[in-house]
Amino acid sequence: MIADNPWLDGLVRMGIIALAMPLAVIILTYVERKISGRMQQRLGPMRVGPYGLFQGLADTIKLLTKEDLRPQTADRWTFELAPFVVVVPVFLAFVTLPFTADLFVRNLGLGLFFIIAVSGVSIVGFVMAGWGSDNKYALLGGARAAAQLISYEIPLVLAVVAVAMIAYTPEAGRGSLNLVEIVDGQGRVPFIVWQPLAFFIFLVAGLAELYRQPFDIPVAESEVVGGPFIEYSGIRWSMFQMAEFVSMVLISVLAALLFLGGWNWPLGNGAGIALQIPLILVKTSFFILLFIWLRFSLPRLRIDQMMQFCWQVLLPFALLQIIINGWVLVYGWPDWTLGVSSGALTLVAGYLTYRAARQAAEEPVSPRLHRVGSVL
Amino acid sequence: MTTEYRVTPGKDLETIDINVNVGPQHPATHGVFRMVLTVDGEQVVDVDPIIGYMHRGAEKLSENCDYRQAIGYQDRTDYLAQFNTELCYVLALEKLAGIEPPERANYIRVILAELNRIASHYMFMGAFGTDIGVFGTAFMYTFRDREIIQDLFEEVTGERMMYAYFRAGGVAWDVPNDFRERCREILGAVRKGIGDIDGLMTDNEVIIARCRGLGPVTPEDAINWGMTGPMLRATGLAHDLRRAEPYCIYDRFEFDIPTGTRGDVYDRYLVRLEEMRQSVRIVEQALEGMPEGPIMAEGLKRTLRLPEGEVYMRNETPRGEYGIYLISKGGDKPYRLKIRSPAFSNLSALRAMSIGSYVADTIITLGSIDIVLCEVDR
Repeated sequence: MIADNPWLDGLVRMGIIALAMPLAVIILTYVERKISGRMQQRLGPMRVGPYGLFQGLADTIKLLTKEDLRPQTADRWTFELAPFVVVVPVFLAFVTLPFTADLFVRNLGLGLFFIIAVSGVSIVGFVMAGWGSDNKYALLGGARAAAQLISYEIPLVLAVVAVAMIAYTPEAGRGSLNLVEIVDGQGRVPFIVWQPLAFFIFLVAGLAELYRQPFDIPVAESEVVGGPFIEYSGIRWSMFQMAEFVSMVLISVLAALLFLGGWNWPLGNGAGIALQIPLILVKTSFFILLFIWLRFSLPRLRIDQMMQFCWQVLLPFALLQIIINGWVLVYGWPDWTLGVSSGALTLVAGYLTYRAARQAAEEPVSPRLHRVGSVL
Repeated sequence: MTTEYRVTPGKDLETIDINVNVGPQHPATHGVFRMVLTVDGEQVVDVDPIIGYMHRGAEKLSENCDYRQAIGYQDRTDYLAQFNTELCYVLALEKLAGIEPPERANYIRVILAELNRIASHYMFMGAFGTDIGVFGTAFMYTFRDREIIQDLFEEVTGERMMYAYFRAGGVAWDVPNDFRERCREILGAVRKGIGDIDGLMTDNEVIIARCRGLGPVTPEDAINWGMTGPMLRATGLAHDLRRAEPYCIYDRFEFDIPTGTRGDVYDRYLVRLEEMRQSVRIVEQALEGMPEGPIMAEGLKRTLRLPEGEVYMRNETPRGEYGIYLISKGGDKPYRLKIRSPAFSNLSALRAMSIGSYVADTIITLGSIDIVLCEVDR
């Protein structure tokens, strides 16, 4: 408890989140630019401050003072409200996201459900931006974002459900949607060991939720030139940008909590906040670095390939994972059966995906050239 | 380019095809190319390519200045393969005038033209990587190595872009003393750079998934469209003017002509990658054989005057068959000069290659043609 009054306490905690996240965004943009610089044999920002440390700050000031343009033909309220619809749900998700055993705004019993439900609302903002901009690139991008959401969201939810099923606490037994309880069950063994398949599905679907390579289809720079963001400038554009980075933090923290044992593993339960904070930081950073690394090394998939992958690979395997979990829980088999079966399924899924990609490369293409109209 | 409401079979909803304008300012149009896509959702129904934003009248301009001055206009057509286009022009002049350039000049020309080909293909690799979504990484790697080559060109010619270095009868001045060592140095870096690109892109599952089977062209169709260069070789035809109709001294070098099997976007990428390796081989052999001696043919007048007649000279630039058709009525200016642009012919197949594919595919197909708009529009 920070303050005695529960309302005041909640407000203070939310205030801390609301202040900390923009700061994290500023740091993350700097980190991303530096890492991309390393990967591309550049220096990255070097001018503002030592090693360009204040570049993020300078950019923030620039974005805040930039003119906020709106195309004359844009649908005014749809256009202007879209950034808020994107940003607010992402921040809302932090209401119940625990960073350590007692560092959270509110520990909800249905926390996991709340986060998944709320973060899905963002898509409305993307579609609003795509529609309201009165720009065809934005329209294409918005439609792509919607198509992408329905593809990744279901495997993502199912992967999370798989974890929630096997979460264990001595008081409540199996099954929990409370994030603190889920992490408490991972004192000795993180769930990545029992549920590797769910972990990879979560990671891939999370990547799709972040619109990062290879799933940056809605904002594809070389195709739709930023997609829904194309007409935005100044503060509204930076709100989209902030939402993107904050959701990167959200997904990373969530992955750390659900699969890497959050603040518990490998220290065991009740290690004290001084050890728990660095531990969760390290795990979160790992995922953030992974996302940045992937962004600068992978090309982009096509929207239909992405949907195909989500519906034909991720979804069936996520369902299979849930069925196996149910089986193990009903018959009360030992935990290692979970790990073995899930690990085997992961290998099968990986092999099938690999073979599908290779087969597409090997099978002969019938060369064709469309003969159209007067051209030929 | 029509907007019409229609009812898709099996659906009650009336849908509309929208026109999406891509270019002339768009990150994926490689210059000032413009195309109007008619899309049905993500599917491309029609493509209307619009060129001409870069038209400068290079042919007409060349008719108004003497033969030496017009060399500069050749640089400005294909600005990624300037030495190759210059070479074609001076070879046309030499053919009509009957000038035989000295050995050393020939070797310098071949070395520079092949290095230029490597630089141009580097540019393709980088731009192609960006088109396909590798966020700048391919671009930075290719430009690292392209820059080294560019530095050498600057040392030799004093210019980074508009070299105007080749002359009818030889080259303008001799190369620096450390030319051989510098070239060897560059070849080492280039060989490593090609490996980097290969490692980054070739075996990537996503790239294979995106490019395999995209925009395939049969050899017959390719000939009908007048495709040349890597676009043609990707279909399986081993047609390379350096081998089919050796100009300069290309008959002395040993090199392979890489060909594809399916004529799709991925094959075009592979052919270009392999061509870079072959160019390295040619430069190595040329460096071995480069003699000392004069760099300009003997007994040339200060102003070049061609006898009456006409000539067609063609050579293999990184984009394909670059041709110069020149009519002389005597005197120091051409009566007519026509440039055959390889990228123009290759680009003409864009519509046929991309109808029925996705918007994202059209961007890649366009990238795989490797257009230089200055050359298309002339």
